[in-house]
Formats: sequence, C-alpha cells, structure tokens
Amino acid sequence: MRHLMKDKEHLFRMAALFVGGIVLFVIVRAVMLPKDFGKLGHYRPGALEDNAKRVPVFAGKPACLECHTDMIERQKGSKHAAINCEACHWALSKHAADPSVKPVRPDAKAICLVCHTANVAKPKKFPQIDPKTHMEGGPCNECHQPHHPEKGPEKPAVQEAKK
Amino acid sequence: MSETKSNRREFLATGTQLVLLTGAAAVAWEHVMAGSPEKAPNYKTTEHWWAMTIDIEKCIGCGNCVRACKTENDVKEEFFRTWVERYHVEGTEMERPEVDSPNGGFDGFREKYKAGENSKNFFVPKLCNHCSHSPCTQVCPVGATFESPDGVVLADKTYCVGCRYCVQACPYGCRYIDPRTETVDKCSLCYHRITKGLTTACCETCPTGTRKLGDLKNPADPIHEFLQSHKVQVLKPQMATGSKLYYNGLDGSVR
Repeated sequence: MRHLMKDKEHLFRMAALFVGGIVLFVIVRAVMLPKDFGKLGHYRPGALEDNAKRVPVFAGKPACLECHTDMIERQKGSKHAAINCEACHWALSKHAADPSVKPVRPDAKAICLVCHTANVAKPKKFPQIDPKTHMEGGPCNECHQPHHPEKGPEKPAVQEAKK
Repeated sequence: MSETKSNRREFLATGTQLVLLTGAAAVAWEHVMAGSPEKAPNYKTTEHWWAMTIDIEKCIGCGNCVRACKTENDVKEEFFRTWVERYHVEGTEMERPEVDSPNGGFDGFREKYKAGENSKNFFVPKLCNHCSHSPCTQVCPVGATFESPDGVVLADKTYCVGCRYCVQACPYGCRYIDPRTETVDKCSLCYHRITKGLTTACCETCPTGTRKLGDLKNPADPIHEFLQSHKVQVLKPQMATGSKLYYNGLDGSVR
C-alpha cells in the first residue's frame, strides 16, 4: 500500500497524458472533419455532389432527337428503333452542346460486325452472320439500311450525298 | 429523508428530460434522414432508389457497355467498372464452368467454342451490385465509401486513404485501386448522369436492351413490370448483400 502511495505520481502523469491525448484528438477531429460529416451517415455529404458534378460524355437519345427529328420516322417499325443513337455513333455530348463539332461517321462494316458477328454464346434468336461467307464482307449498308435494316438499301442519291 | 426526496425529484426531472430529448432527437434525426438540401434543383436523393435489371438472354457480348463505361468514366486500361464474362458449361458440370473475359470484353469475344458439344455458352455482364447492405461500405475506416440515400454505393476520392479493405470486402470483385490517385474506384452507377435525368453510359449504349436502369421508388418505371414478369435472381444471394442488380435467366453456374 505504501508503495502505491509513493508511486501515485506516475499514475497521475499517465492519466494526464491520456486526458491530454483525448483532448487533442477531440480538438483535431473537430477542426479537420467537415461540419456536415455524419449528417446522412458515416460519410461526407459533399461526396454526393462531387460524384454528381461531372459532365456526361454521352448525350443521351432525347438530346439527339431534339435536332434529328426525322430519325423517329426513319426508324419506325424497325428492330433498330429501340437502339440509342450513341450505341453506334458513340459519345457525342460535345456535338450536342455545339453542333459545329462534327461527329465521325461510323464505319458501315465494322460497326455492324460489333454485334452481328456469329458467336455460339450469343442468343440463338439474334441475327448473326459469318463475315467471311456473308457477301464476302462488303460494306453492309449496300444492302441494309443501318437505321432500318428490314428495308432495302438507301437510294443512291442519299448515299452519294453522305459521301 | 429530505435528501432522498430531492434525489428522487432530481432523478425524475432528469429522466423526463432524457425521454423528451430522445423524442426530440428522433424527430431531428428523421429530419436529417429526409436528406440535405440538394444543389441540383430537380433531383431529390430521397425520391429515388436505383436498381438495374440485366436480361442475360439478350446479351450478345458486344462489349459496348465496357467501352462506353471507359469513355464516360475515364477508367484506366487494365481496370474495369463493368465487364462481360463468357460462361461455358459442359453437360451437368454446374460446379466447374469455364469462364473467360478477354480484356473485360472490351474488344468483344472471338469464337472459342463450337455449337452442339453438349454444352451451353452465354454472356454475363457484371458491375457493382449497389447493395443495400453492402459489405464494402461497412469496412471503410474513414467513411470514404457509403450507400447514398438514393441507393447508390459511392466512393469519396478526397477521403479515401487507399487502405484496400473495401477491395477485399466486395464479394463481387467490383472495386480496384486507381494507380493514378492511389484511391479506390468503382462503378458510380453514372451518378453524374442519373442525377441529371440520363441513364447510365452502359444502359445508354446497350444495343439489345440487356441492361436497364430502374428507379424502384418511381411507380411508373418499367422496372416494376420487368420484375413482375420475369424470374429474376441476384448474384450470391446467400451473402445477403441486398444486391440491387436483378438478373433474368441467371444460370446456377454463375459465380
């Protein structure tokens, strides 16, 4: 007992250290944590805005149809009508924001083969071709309209104008 | 005696205060849970609960989703926020499927198997399951990843210390450390798009309608009709992660 009394100063010092440490932790935490941390959960609500503030690269079909109003009619009744424009024409938010930014026309052969090259893992119902045997792999749009594949080729004048 | 009485009075007063305060705190908490005032004018996090349906019977393995995700989200070459796997199951070998995903399906799939070999082949697109009881957010020591009020598992890059706990905790392998920042990166369900009324980049470019983003809190969303008319399953249901990725036609061999 006497020993304990003699050494109690150590205990006090240790306790002081602990208290000091805890106080320091509380102060540093209060300074460093954003004010709203934990408001919605154990995270910083500002992270929601950080994630949301980026600018989309794909514009989305509604943006395309704002100007290209004829496409609804041209695709009507086609299997391709449900496909969004940017699935083939790719990311065009820059073009949607400023029409003077011209998009690159997709390669009429390569773009079709992305989907329609035969593969046993594809659903049986999905139309597939072997590019080596099917018309020896000529440009597909000579026979099929990309926007309406059930129809025959586009009029030569239309194709010419596109070139 | 008088001392005891005053003690009792004090106890009662404190007790009443506590009970009242708890009630007040509950009300305040409810208010907090109702969401913070958003910056985006028309988007309220509490009005949405995002999920996705994936119809395996429609997937053609074209890789459009993988490429679109990389274009939209600046995902580094050898990493994937979404990828497509090809399954090859012979006969009854459900336990030992052959799975491959060359470059995550980015370049499509070259023919590898032959038809009619007493086997089946199919594609399975994968991405973050945006679990409502996600193991990955539970292990984060700094609150750098979380489930948002609208049901999206997000990462906070400014808070992440790169400890990799969440990468190991995700049972679906959907997280990676971006070597450019040494912080975690994952599918954000295109949070910057869905909060602006657009769909995700993968759904936008999916040519067959395999993937469809849905808002479970919107009664008019077609996702409800899909969930009612299809037999759907989530990945690894035994792990009770509350996954919100609903697969139609999910084979038992899929891991």
